[in-house]
Amino acid sequence: MATLDAKIPEGPLKDKWTNYLNSMKLVSPANKKKLDVIVVGTGIAGSPAAATLAQLGYNVKVFCYQDSPRRAHSVAAQGGINASKNYRNDGDGVYRHFYDMIKGGDYRARESNVYRAAEVSNGIIDQLTAQGVPFAREYGGQITTRSFGGVQVSRTFYAQGQTGQQVLLGSYSALRRMIAKGKVQMYERRQMLELVIKDGHARGIIARNLLTGELERHTAHAVVLATGGYGTIYYLSTLGVTSSGSAAMIAYRNGAFFGNPSFIQIHPTCIPQLSDFQSKLTLMSESLRNDGRIWVPKEQGDKRNPNDIPEEERDYYLERRYPAFGNLVPRDVASRAAKERCDAGYGVGKTGQAVYLDFKHAIKEQGAKAIGSKYGNLFELYEKITGESPYETPMRIYPAGHYTMGGLWVDYELMTTIPGLFAIGEANFSDHGANRLGASSLMQGAGDGYFILPNTIGNYLSDKIKTSRLSTEEPEFEEAEKRVREKLEKLININGSQTAASFHKRLGKIMWDHCGMLRSEEGLKQARTEVRELKQEFWNDLQVPGTLSELNQELEKAVRVADFLDMSQLLIEDALNRHESCGGHFRQEYQTEAGEALRDDENYMYVAAWEYQGEDQMPRLHKEQLTFEFVEVKERTYK
Amino acid sequence: MKVKLKIWRQPNARSKGKFVDYDLDDISPEMSFLEMLDALNTRLIQQGDDPVAYEHDCREGICGSCGLFINGRPHGPEREVATCQLHMRSFRDGDTIVVEPWRAKAFPVIKDLVVDRSAFEKIMDAGGFVSVDTGSAPEANTTPVKKQNAERAFDAGVCIGCGACVAACKNSSASLFVAAKISQLALLPQGKAEAQRRALNMVARMEELGFGSCTSTEACEVECPKSISLDHIARMNREYLRASFSEEKD
Repeated sequence: MATLDAKIPEGPLKDKWTNYLNSMKLVSPANKKKLDVIVVGTGIAGSPAAATLAQLGYNVKVFCYQDSPRRAHSVAAQGGINASKNYRNDGDGVYRHFYDMIKGGDYRARESNVYRAAEVSNGIIDQLTAQGVPFAREYGGQITTRSFGGVQVSRTFYAQGQTGQQVLLGSYSALRRMIAKGKVQMYERRQMLELVIKDGHARGIIARNLLTGELERHTAHAVVLATGGYGTIYYLSTLGVTSSGSAAMIAYRNGAFFGNPSFIQIHPTCIPQLSDFQSKLTLMSESLRNDGRIWVPKEQGDKRNPNDIPEEERDYYLERRYPAFGNLVPRDVASRAAKERCDAGYGVGKTGQAVYLDFKHAIKEQGAKAIGSKYGNLFELYEKITGESPYETPMRIYPAGHYTMGGLWVDYELMTTIPGLFAIGEANFSDHGANRLGASSLMQGAGDGYFILPNTIGNYLSDKIKTSRLSTEEPEFEEAEKRVREKLEKLININGSQTAASFHKRLGKIMWDHCGMLRSEEGLKQARTEVRELKQEFWNDLQVPGTLSELNQELEKAVRVADFLDMSQLLIEDALNRHESCGGHFRQEYQTEAGEALRDDENYMYVAAWEYQGEDQMPRLHKEQLTFEFVEVKERTYK
Repeated sequence: MKVKLKIWRQPNARSKGKFVDYDLDDISPEMSFLEMLDALNTRLIQQGDDPVAYEHDCREGICGSCGLFINGRPHGPEREVATCQLHMRSFRDGDTIVVEPWRAKAFPVIKDLVVDRSAFEKIMDAGGFVSVDTGSAPEANTTPVKKQNAERAFDAGVCIGCGACVAACKNSSASLFVAAKISQLALLPQGKAEAQRRALNMVARMEELGFGSCTSTEACEVECPKSISLDHIARMNREYLRASFSEEKD
């Protein structure tokens, strides 16, 4: 059994990373040339990791699913990226940044990792600026910032509502530079379908060429997964429709522990579902809550035009319930509050599943032009989808599945329980506890990719300089490829009558209803049964047209849905196991009188790390006990 | 609503393609264009036919994957949208809709509506970056950047790499794509050191890859889902000319 040693360095919090860097083993430039690293995924973690590893001198092979690394879904992050530079002189600093994240995550994250994430954040802004990322600026030429939920300082750097795009393209350009230099071999349109393990160490992958169907064997001394989150488990989410949990599930089935799988962030401000055939929900950046005010009518079922509802008949419920943070409470709190109002019959719009986000006051105070310069593209995006202008009518918003705090369990070095297999960015579980604060996903991904992994992986590889390249003719490659081939043949030969998407839609509804914003023992047990039945139906009645040896998008979907079915079972067990509410994990049975999350620190102050025990078998739980030496653990309040 | 689709079907790069007609009669105006194609594909799969291949991912107009030539226009009839943001309410009941892949020598068809846009990647490799290694960057506020320049750089930097500019151009020129990157980096002090060689190398690479020349028809600006301005092509030309006469070029 793998042991759960997080390998946290000794010393005071602020010295841990420095101590680590000072004592880690290095690989000499001459030896780096002999070492191969595979990076899967090219988002805001994978691209900078690959570029930086190549600059250091390793041979890097990069894999992405799309036709270009620039299309990874980090591109869709909107509002910003945090750093504790304290440009505003508003009392910010690394410790406060760390504290906000620990509290924001409801005391379910590892102190040492979170502190390090805050510590490296400033360097990310420097690096991206040098790469030509056009952050928003003041007239004096200095970079400006704004505020995000769950904090009382202004530490979010941004480029209108397209920060993710600008930041990703900065890292992508760094990656392309290394490709041009011949230091990175880029494999586009590939999907990783199996991990190759020899003597307990990750030594390569099997990838499918999505254009030809050919299964390829790739060897390496270490494998890095930067494959993002699995919020598309709900079918409808803010993610790209090809985002999946498949790589994480491959790692899990091969023995990597899965940390807190059910910790999923439901983002409070998304354009509500408008119809049954909808394939995707669109995020409206949290930055809008800097100036927008959230409300519902005080009267249940009030169908008047929102502009006709006078001030005294509006309930600005976030300002009412949380006067200290108001509209800028963290996402989990804002999402639950919206659901509470809608469930109680105060929701607006055709379905009653929406609340208003209103810019009337901000436009009156600052003028339409100033508001447009901050949020113009978001307002346009909203209008394109709904046909209504937020300059004139309040936006209608509702929560949607967004980000997964859960992910592959990693130690301080970002290595999973499989030696040589690393997980970075959203793919790991590490820094956000039970709830992520806004603008910290780009930060964590970029921090892992630029500054953390390129160092920690060296500590691992320093032992491997005498290890020769594993031949792809070895039996481990042979067997891994055989497993992939069998699985694909099984999928394509079911010859049933239902499409992969129809199964995904049904699975998404089960998970959204019972393992989404609100969970209960009864609901989760019902979901457990429903998912088991759906999984059986899937393997008996799936229809995949075409062949294995061509571009076959339906086959790709089927692979994703098959993994989501297995993953759902894992999520449900994790949510059932945790008899408490914390952050985004809200169990109906465990709440305060005021309806806030009620933690049970005595029994659940741990990371639940699950070990695979075989198909449909109950996974085995390992606990990483969390200790808080540097913050006082309190009730998390934003009142 | 009912629509008649004429869709380009081509099994692979080696075989010839042709238009195939499909009638759909249960389309809702609220559907996005891609959701309409999803509905068609569900029907085709259930009939045992090969579904139409097309690319898509984010479905919110930012990843640049989707690119369909609809009724003779890249991304269809609406301005400033990618195909995924186009809705069926932009069409009328009974309309015939012609759907083709991007047509350009530098973008060969892979299957149906999927084309190979890797030529864009090769152009980027010729200099679409600032050569700065991780860890060597100075403090971000050390170099002030004029607010207007940062904003102009952003306006160029929003390119999603979809290829609509190439598809819109009668010469299949990639000038707007190339100019957006050259202009973004030339506007920022961080990109200045390499501005000249970047302009020369990226333009040369574009020409090598089979893209045509710019004759300023302005079609690209009209069809660009992010409304990237032709001004950036003017800036690219200035950068290119200046670099051509410079003694510093290498």
